[in-house]
Amino acid sequence: MPIASREFRELRLERISRDFGQVRALRDVSLTVGRGEFVALLGPSGCGKSTALNCIAGLLQVTDGAIWLDERRLDEAGPEDRGFGMVFQNYALFPHMTVRRNVGFGLVTQRRPKAEIARRVDQALALVRLETQAEKLPGQLSGGQQQRVAIARAIVVEPPLVLMDEPLSNLDAKLRLEMRAEIRRIHTMLGCSTIYVTHDQEEALSLADRILVMIDGQTRQLGTPEELYARPAHADVAEFMGYRNLFPCRAETTADGLAVTIGTARLQATPMDAVGGAAVAAIRPDDLRPQSDGPISATVEIAEYHGRDFYAVARGADGIELYFRSPMRVNPGEPVRLAAPRDRVLVYAA
Amino acid sequence: MSLRRRLRERGLDAVTLLVLPGVVFVLALFIYPFLYGLVLSFTPKEGGWLANYQKFFSDPFLYDTIYLTLQIAVPVTLLNTVLSVPVALRVRLLKRQRLLTTILVIPITLGTVMVAEGLLTYLGPRGWLNRFLLEVGIADSPVRLIHNYWGVMLSLVINGFPFTFLLTLSYVSGIDPSLEQAGAMLGARARQRFFRILLPLLAPGLAITLALSFVQAFTVFPSAVLLGAPAGPTRVISIVAYQAAFEQYDYSLASAIAMLMAGVQVIIIVALLGARTLVFRGPASTGKG
Repeated sequence: MPIASREFRELRLERISRDFGQVRALRDVSLTVGRGEFVALLGPSGCGKSTALNCIAGLLQVTDGAIWLDERRLDEAGPEDRGFGMVFQNYALFPHMTVRRNVGFGLVTQRRPKAEIARRVDQALALVRLETQAEKLPGQLSGGQQQRVAIARAIVVEPPLVLMDEPLSNLDAKLRLEMRAEIRRIHTMLGCSTIYVTHDQEEALSLADRILVMIDGQTRQLGTPEELYARPAHADVAEFMGYRNLFPCRAETTADGLAVTIGTARLQATPMDAVGGAAVAAIRPDDLRPQSDGPISATVEIAEYHGRDFYAVARGADGIELYFRSPMRVNPGEPVRLAAPRDRVLVYAA
Repeated sequence: MSLRRRLRERGLDAVTLLVLPGVVFVLALFIYPFLYGLVLSFTPKEGGWLANYQKFFSDPFLYDTIYLTLQIAVPVTLLNTVLSVPVALRVRLLKRQRLLTTILVIPITLGTVMVAEGLLTYLGPRGWLNRFLLEVGIADSPVRLIHNYWGVMLSLVINGFPFTFLLTLSYVSGIDPSLEQAGAMLGARARQRFFRILLPLLAPGLAITLALSFVQAFTVFPSAVLLGAPAGPTRVISIVAYQAAFEQYDYSLASAIAMLMAGVQVIIIVALLGARTLVFRGPASTGKG
């Protein structure tokens, strides 16, 4: 029987690290996941998020630190004993077993009675809406269906924690949106905790209760989607959260708050660090808008029609590239003046 | 133009011509000699067209060799294959696979005769092994490991194992490692992972390995002569064929024996590959990752 049962309060990572030879892929990551919580590990490829997930799963041993499930220490136990569910990036369905036997595998290893296995497999398949595919082999299913089987297989044993390693990255855009909603629905219905690894900020924002942003194997910021979206703590997190405009600038404190000088333009801004002198200003394309008296003057280079608005790239007088959105048509070659509200211009120490 | 196009639709274009040398090669060096031998086996020196086969199956000195050869070939095949699976499973995880693979492949490159010569010296009554056993006192008299069944067996293991190992390694490497991880996450211990996940996926490959390894062992000749007792317990079927051809100069009988060898091999291979269809035959991984 697995160590973990469904009844638990929290999973704690205490300063876990993992080395690969001389390389420290994961450094002092701490995180507490409450029961029923959905946490996303978000970061660029190679940031250590999958390493962190594999350490929690037990597929990798931690080099330092400890993993606790309430009062039980888990990091010494193998993956067989932790009893967590896992959905792999490539689904890792057993190709020689039918959908039914794939999903039932975890119950068979627990030596459950046949009738119970059949009943619970049926329930799990109903949950992922695959009742009619039970006798097929994985190779006969589409990518999205394989994904559902992988989810059903992970949750049928009623694990306290489900781990997902970029589960949507092999699906096309439409299916990805569908499965995203499905994952959230299943998570809510089951009430288990989920740790979800992704490099897609949109996925993390839409699914998670909290997001852990990792860069270079370290925790960069931990917060709710709203916090991360509106107030990224560092310039690199901002970049990752969709702040495409990152300008080197000079910051100075004036009577009515902070002001930054980007090239020749002067903007009111919000400090995110103790700043003064050389700094970095971050602005989302959505917050940079054409305005007749805007402080930044530039020339439109590329304009893409996105239905709801235009997405455009302009070049500033001093050569900087500006990404912005415009509700009305802009044309390449036209001059444009841009402005951003003070609370949407975030300034970080350089 | 339209003919060329129609041919291309069927996958035939100029590149197809490149198979011609191969086809000629197979026809000249395999199909023709085989048919020639088949006809030859039905045209005996004396008697009716089945005389050679009648002769073979009426003389225990001849037909017993089938049993004798199977007695050597079957255990060797099983031993080599069964040994190669755990070794391959372990080697798959090694970073320096190539070094170990090279070491294991050396016996193949040395050739049967050289290995046999080496074993003759090493395992002989005055060889290192026996001297060691006598010195340490494990044995009272030299252990006989050459010029009998065990000599041939050993030589076939040494020469055959690298071959089965390399085949098995390629099959094992073809199994997606995340399948085992998925098994572990679902509570399966090493033993269950092996029997429920790895072995079923490996089975088709193992059938092929067994078949090829069996053919190799069944046609044993040099080590049966050099390391065995070619007049007695290791009088394998190829020795009988050799004697018919080059001692009695009865090519017709030798051809008949060769045909019988082929027959036995075909029966075993068909049985093995037939068993293969009973298990899963699809790819050893799923998904698009």
